Amino acid sequence: MGRYLASRAVQIVIVLVIMSFVVYLLIGLMPGDPIDMMISGNPRMTSEDAQRLRALYGVDRPLVERYLAWAHQALLGNFGYSRSLNRPVLAVLWPRLLNTLELEGLAFLIATAIALPLGMWVAARPRSKADYVVNLFCFAGISMPTFWLALLLISLFAVKLGWLPAGGMADPRAGASFLAALGQNIRFALLPVATLALVQLGVYTRFMRSAMIETLRQDYIRTARAKGASERMVLMGHAFRNALAPVLTILALSFGALFSGAMITETMFAWPGMGATIYQAIQTNDFNLALVGLLLATFATMAGNLLADLALVAVDPRVSITERA
Amino acid sequence: MDELVIGMSTAPGTLNPLLNSMLAGAFINSMTERPITVFDPDWKLVCLLCTELPTVENGHARIVDLPPDDKGVVRKGMEVDIELRPMTWGDGTPVTARDFQFTIDVGRHPQSGVPSVEDYRRILKVEIKDDRHFTITRDRVTFDYNVLDFFPLPAHIEKPIFDADPAEYRTRTTYDADPANPGLAYGPYRVVEVVPGSRIALERNPHWSGAPPQFRRILIKFFENSSSLEANLLSGNVDYVPGESGLSFSQSLAFEQRHADRYNVVFKPSLTYGHIDVNLDNPLLGDVRVRRAILMAIDRKTISDKLFHGKQPVADGNVNPLDPMYSPAARPYAYDPAQAKELLDEAGFRQVATGERRNARGQRLSLVLDYASGNRASDQVAQVIQSELRRVGIELRLKAAPARIYFGNLNKRKFDSLAFYSWVTSPGSVPRTTLHSTEIPSAENGWSGQNFPGYRNPEMDRALDGAERELDPVRRRAFFADILRLYADDLPALPMYFRVDSFVIPKTLTGVVPTGHQGCTSLWIENWRWRD
Repeated sequence: MGRYLASRAVQIVIVLVIMSFVVYLLIGLMPGDPIDMMISGNPRMTSEDAQRLRALYGVDRPLVERYLAWAHQALLGNFGYSRSLNRPVLAVLWPRLLNTLELEGLAFLIATAIALPLGMWVAARPRSKADYVVNLFCFAGISMPTFWLALLLISLFAVKLGWLPAGGMADPRAGASFLAALGQNIRFALLPVATLALVQLGVYTRFMRSAMIETLRQDYIRTARAKGASERMVLMGHAFRNALAPVLTILALSFGALFSGAMITETMFAWPGMGATIYQAIQTNDFNLALVGLLLATFATMAGNLLADLALVAVDPRVSITERA
Repeated sequence: MDELVIGMSTAPGTLNPLLNSMLAGAFINSMTERPITVFDPDWKLVCLLCTELPTVENGHARIVDLPPDDKGVVRKGMEVDIELRPMTWGDGTPVTARDFQFTIDVGRHPQSGVPSVEDYRRILKVEIKDDRHFTITRDRVTFDYNVLDFFPLPAHIEKPIFDADPAEYRTRTTYDADPANPGLAYGPYRVVEVVPGSRIALERNPHWSGAPPQFRRILIKFFENSSSLEANLLSGNVDYVPGESGLSFSQSLAFEQRHADRYNVVFKPSLTYGHIDVNLDNPLLGDVRVRRAILMAIDRKTISDKLFHGKQPVADGNVNPLDPMYSPAARPYAYDPAQAKELLDEAGFRQVATGERRNARGQRLSLVLDYASGNRASDQVAQVIQSELRRVGIELRLKAAPARIYFGNLNKRKFDSLAFYSWVTSPGSVPRTTLHSTEIPSAENGWSGQNFPGYRNPEMDRALDGAERELDPVRRRAFFADILRLYADDLPALPMYFRVDSFVIPKTLTGVVPTGHQGCTSLWIENWRWRD
C-alpha cells in the first residue's frame, strides 16, 4: 500500500509540474498583460508609465524566465501575489476554497444522499410510472443550463416571494450568536446549493439506476432470489455494494469539483468561491492567482482519482491495489 | 434605517488610493478621504480639502522661473499655495502638509507601483510652511495647475512601510494589510471590514469634521454578474446600485419602464466618449474620403434613438458639448448614404455588379470591426453598423473578443481596420495620449501610448501642446477648436456618441448627485439621506 501511494504521489507531482508550466505558458501567451488592462481604463497613463509598470511587474521579461522565477519562489513556499486583489495568492484562495467546499460539499452530500436511494428505488421498478417520472426530473436537471436554473430560483424565491437572499454570503454582525450566524449562512447558501444539487442529483440518480439495473440482472441476484431472500435483502445485501463500484468512481471523480468550484453558480449567486475567482483572474490577467487556482483544481482532481481507486478497492474485493497500479 | 446596502458589479483590487486604478476603489476611497480639489457635479473645479481654490487671479498660483537646467536653460514653472482645512485622521492624528509631501514622494517614485506618475513627476518641490500651509512648484505652465485630485496617504502609518522598501510598498501597504486601521480615513466614513471580492463594511468616522452623514453603517456587496446584481436590488438585499459600477444601460432602461414606482433612474450625460478607432496603417482606410464615407453611412441618430432611447447624444468630435472647452468648430457628419457612395466612388472604390466595392487594383473594400464581447449594446450597435455599411457596398466583418484579449490586441495596435470602444475623461482634459504623434504604441516604446489609430499630424501636435500650456481660457478654447476641427477633418477615429451614466436610485434615498465624470458621487456621501 505504501509503495502504491508513493508512486501515485510521484505521478501527482510530475503532473503538477507539467501543468504549472503549460498553464503559465498558456496564460502568458494570451494577448494582453496586466498593464494593458490598466491602460484601457486610464487615458492619463503615459508611455513611460506603461514601461515602468511592465518592468515593475516583471512582464517585460521572457515568459520562460518569468516561469522559472515563479517556480523557484513556489518551491520556497511563496506562491506570489494577486495583482488584482493585492494580497498573497494563498491568502486570497484559502477562504475561497472554504467557501467552495461549503457550497459544493453541501450540494454533493444532498445530491448523493437523495440520488443513491432514489436510483436504487427506481431501478427496482424499471419502466414503472415512478421510473418515468424520476427519469423526467433527472433529464430536466441534467439538461437545464445552470445559469437558467439559477435565474429561475432567484426570480421565484428571492424576487417574487422574497423568502431568500438573491446572492452574496452571510454578513454576520459582531456579537451574533453561533446559531444566528449559522442560520444566516444557511439562508444565503440555500439557493446556490439547491441549484448545484438539482443538477448533480439528475446525474447521480441516472448512474445509480443504471448500475443497479445492470447488477440486478446478474446470476447471483437470481440465485439469491431463488434461495428466498427478501427483495430488501437482495437490494441492500447483494446488489447495492456491487452496483456501488462504478457509481463510486463517478462520485470520487466529482471530488475535484469540490475544490475547483462551480464558476457559473458562484458567479450567478455572487458566491466568492474558487470557480468565479479563477475565471476573474484569467479575465483580469492575474497570472499568479489563475495559475495557483488551476493547480489546486488539478491537484484536487488527481487526489479525487486516487480516492476513487482506493474506494473501489474497499468496496470491490475483486480489485487489488497491485492490479490498479 | 441607519444602514445603507450598496451593490456594485466590480470589487476593488486595492484600497490604497494611489495604487488603485479602478472606479470601484475610487468610489470607496471617496467615502473615507477627500482630495484637495475636485470637479463637482456641475464640472466646476472646487475645493474639498483646501480653504480656497488657488488660481492665478487670486494670487495663490504664480508663473515663476525655474532654476536653470543642466544646459543653463531657464524654463517657466508654476507655484501653487495650498491652505488645508483642519482635518483629522480616524486615529486622532491631524492631516498635515507632510501627508501631502509623502504622498507626492510615493507618487513619483518609479518603483512605488502607482499607475500614472506623470501628475506627481510634474511637481518639482513641496515647500511646507506649517501643518496646514504648503506650496507646490510645478515643472511647467499648464492649464490644470490647480487640479489636485489625489487622496493623501497618512504619512504616520505608511511612511515607515514605504521607506523600508519602496518596491514592496504596493504589497505591504496598510490599506490592504490592515484595511480597518482607523488612521487610514479622515472622511465621513472609515472601513471596518473587508472580505476581498465579497463585501466591504464602513462605519461613521467619529473624527470627521464636516457635515455629519446619516447612515451609521454602509455595507458594499459585490456581484460580478449584473443579472444577479439586479435581482438583489429587486429583492431588497441591496438598497442602491451606483452608476459608477452597477447596472448596464439597458438594464437601467428596463428598470425605468418596470419599476418607476420604486426607483428614480437618472441618466447623467457623461464624459465617456464612444467611438471607432481607425487603423490608419490599413491601406483601404488611408484615404480620408473612405473614412468620411463610413461615418456618413452610419445612421448614428437612429442608433441613439432606437437602441438608447435618444439618451446618448450623437458625437461630432471627441469633446463633449457640455465640456467647458467645447466649441462648435468640428464639421458635422449627417447620415447621408448617397453622399457616402459618392465619396467612395471618388476614392476609387467603385461598386461592381455583386454590390461590393473594389478599387482599380481589384481590392475589395472589406473591413473588420473589433470590439469587446459581453455587452449586448455593443453587439447591437456593431450589427447595425454592419448592415448600414453593406448598403453602401462596404463589407464589414464583426470580431468580438473578451475584454482582456481585445484590449491586449488594441494596445499593440493589432486590429485590422476598426475598433469600437469608449474613453472616460475629466472636464477640460487634453486628449494628448490618444492623439499626439509621440503616443503611438510601438515595439520601440514598449507598446505604450494610446494613439491606437497611428495618427500623425504636426498641426494636431501643436494644438495639443498649446491646449496643455495655455492658461487663458479663451485662447485655450481656440486650441481646442483646432483639435476638434482637425479631428473631424482627419477622422483618426469615427465619433459615435457620448454615453450617459445610469443611476438606479430608490425613491427613498436622496442627495445622490451623479457627476458624469471620473469624480465619484460618494465624494458627497454626507448629503445622502433616507427620505423621512
